[in-house]
Amino acid sequence: MTNTLLHPTRRGLLMAGGAGLLTAALPGYVAAQAAPIKIGFQLHRTGIGAAYGRWYERTAQAALKAINDAGGIAGRPVEILFEDDATDPKRGSEVVDKLTQSDGCDLVMGTLFSHVVMGSAPRAGELKVPYLVCSEGYHVASGALNRWTLQPGITDVRAQISTMAPWVSQNLGKKVTMVFPDYAFGHDHRDFFTAAIQAQGGEVIAQIAVPPTETSFTRYFPQIPAETEVIYHVMVGPAVLTFVKELGEFYGTGAKPALFGFIDSLEAVDTATPGLEFLEGSHFWEAHPRVKATDAGEHEAAYRAAVGVDDNGASVSDAADVSTYSHMFSTWETLYFIKQAMEASGYTGPADRQKLVEAMEAITDLPYGIERPQGAKRFNGKTHQVFGSQHISQVQGGKLVKVHTTTIDEGLYEDAVDYTTMSF
Amino acid sequence: MAFGPFLLLALMEGLVTAAVLALAAAGLSLVFGVMRVVNVAHGEFYMLGAVLAWAVTTMIPGPPALAFLAAVLIAPLLVAALAAAADGLILKRLNYDPEATIVATIGLLYILQQAALSLYGPNAYPVTAPFEWRIQLPWFGYSGYKLFVVLAAELVLLGLWLFMTRTRAGLIMRATQVDRSTAQAFGVNVDRVYMGTFALGAGLAALAGVLIVPIQQAQYLMGHDPLLLSFIVVIIGGLGSLRGTLIAALVIGLSDGVISMFFTPTLAKILATLLVAMVLVFRPQGLFGARA
Repeated sequence: MTNTLLHPTRRGLLMAGGAGLLTAALPGYVAAQAAPIKIGFQLHRTGIGAAYGRWYERTAQAALKAINDAGGIAGRPVEILFEDDATDPKRGSEVVDKLTQSDGCDLVMGTLFSHVVMGSAPRAGELKVPYLVCSEGYHVASGALNRWTLQPGITDVRAQISTMAPWVSQNLGKKVTMVFPDYAFGHDHRDFFTAAIQAQGGEVIAQIAVPPTETSFTRYFPQIPAETEVIYHVMVGPAVLTFVKELGEFYGTGAKPALFGFIDSLEAVDTATPGLEFLEGSHFWEAHPRVKATDAGEHEAAYRAAVGVDDNGASVSDAADVSTYSHMFSTWETLYFIKQAMEASGYTGPADRQKLVEAMEAITDLPYGIERPQGAKRFNGKTHQVFGSQHISQVQGGKLVKVHTTTIDEGLYEDAVDYTTMSF
Repeated sequence: MAFGPFLLLALMEGLVTAAVLALAAAGLSLVFGVMRVVNVAHGEFYMLGAVLAWAVTTMIPGPPALAFLAAVLIAPLLVAALAAAADGLILKRLNYDPEATIVATIGLLYILQQAALSLYGPNAYPVTAPFEWRIQLPWFGYSGYKLFVVLAAELVLLGLWLFMTRTRAGLIMRATQVDRSTAQAFGVNVDRVYMGTFALGAGLAALAGVLIVPIQQAQYLMGHDPLLLSFIVVIIGGLGSLRGTLIAALVIGLSDGVISMFFTPTLAKILATLLVAMVLVFRPQGLFGARA
């Protein structure tokens, strides 16, 4: 009897060798197919943006699950690495750095507060990493940033305001006093609304800037001129509830001007909170109506279920945990935008980042669907900014009821920049 | 708005600021006066008071007034107990060395702030005021609760003054403040006095936090401003002088209210800081402080 182990045949050796090669190569092949796409998420988990951060994370997680359940991006699974920036511009650029360099993310997204965007975007440009913000600021479309920074999931303040100003002047009054946070985002409101209401034959008679870290507001209200017909208010940060409460205390039961607010003043705040009764009958801009509208689109229910929000806009597990409904959809829509651009460009890894941005710039029509629960959008590749419809809601019986919807066209304005002509 | 009502509102707002500031600064001043410890973590005790008030009011069912009363009693006591423990575990072991305690309380500041972030979270939560009562003046409305804060702070400060001047414990604290070694020679347990003083100082800051939380909201970062303003008040008033603290709190609070309203809040902060610089240059011991 010959021992084949000690005296192997030539055929046996070849077969064993072939099998060995196969087993060695196979995991590599499988890994190349299944290597996840890594998306870095710059999150306001702490600091003054924490309420937004909480809901941005939940919404992004929900979209991530939906995308992965449907087969991921180009057949590859997707993962999101969340990194807290403490809503701080300096920390923000460090986070972009870490997500890109240490964690090897394919791109970075998710920033809301405009001062953090302003602090982080230059670093994203230096690292040549796509940076997709969910911020509303006009800084992207203004041309102040760079070719790597895009805002595909939420409309900007300038577009929002140009649709709101005609409605305010026709329905509420022409003499407007503005109360806004004293930084980039608030300044966008100040500049564009002042110009937009003038175009409507109205005027801003006082501009009251409040530092975003302010905790006490009564001291600002006496600056509101007596002849004011409309107070236009927009406030952010952890003290928004104090802001609206003190505004209510200030006017009390006396005569008061009409109130028009951006929902930012009440994001994550229950409109039925004691002390807010004075808001009854007042109007708010909303991007995405918090209380489910009677004529809401066919995907509204599925979206609410996915992100865990009930028909009143609060968490399904805790009715006191009110969402930032008019902002958080942007993370969902941005993720689907990434999916669309990656699949169109045949993206395989960080070497294709430039190709990816070019594919994003080529996108124009974004129809309504589960990918865009807020509504249909139109992307402008030159200004890197998306356009969509806006809503106005009125507080009726302590609840926000949608009363007006604008078209996409009402929010369009002339391009201020063409990023596609800039170098990468 | 006409000048009269405008000034009235400015003064009312200033009084609320002054009242809360006086409470917080009295605690800081007491700790420095008796222990010679510059407590950089003082603002965090204020924050803990507010956060614990939220915790107590959410745990206790029943009418808001009852829940708030419970918070007024429980939150400062808990914070005082925590401060006493911090004194025994940290400050005492450093022999109350002025430089070492500054560094140690900076560390304590971050420990308390991050603990609040980990356990309470980054969000701001409101506490329902014990009563919803609004004064309607012809020119503007005003929160009745804010006036209650002024009254409550006055009562507490009066109580503190009586405690310091009329009780044996107050006498011992003052004796330790004047001369630690002599007090020790007379049989005063200085360690216990120090622990009690640190607890009392923290308790006062916490009480200020509890009183303010129905107006503002409890959030883990809310200790910064009170710390800065308390230092301003204590430096102007003279470290260790209760009377000076009270007067400086009134000056800073009212001028903050008036300047904020007629000009801008930023200018109010600039002027307050300038005043501190002037006091440090021309009267380093403060307006009412004894010469060191």
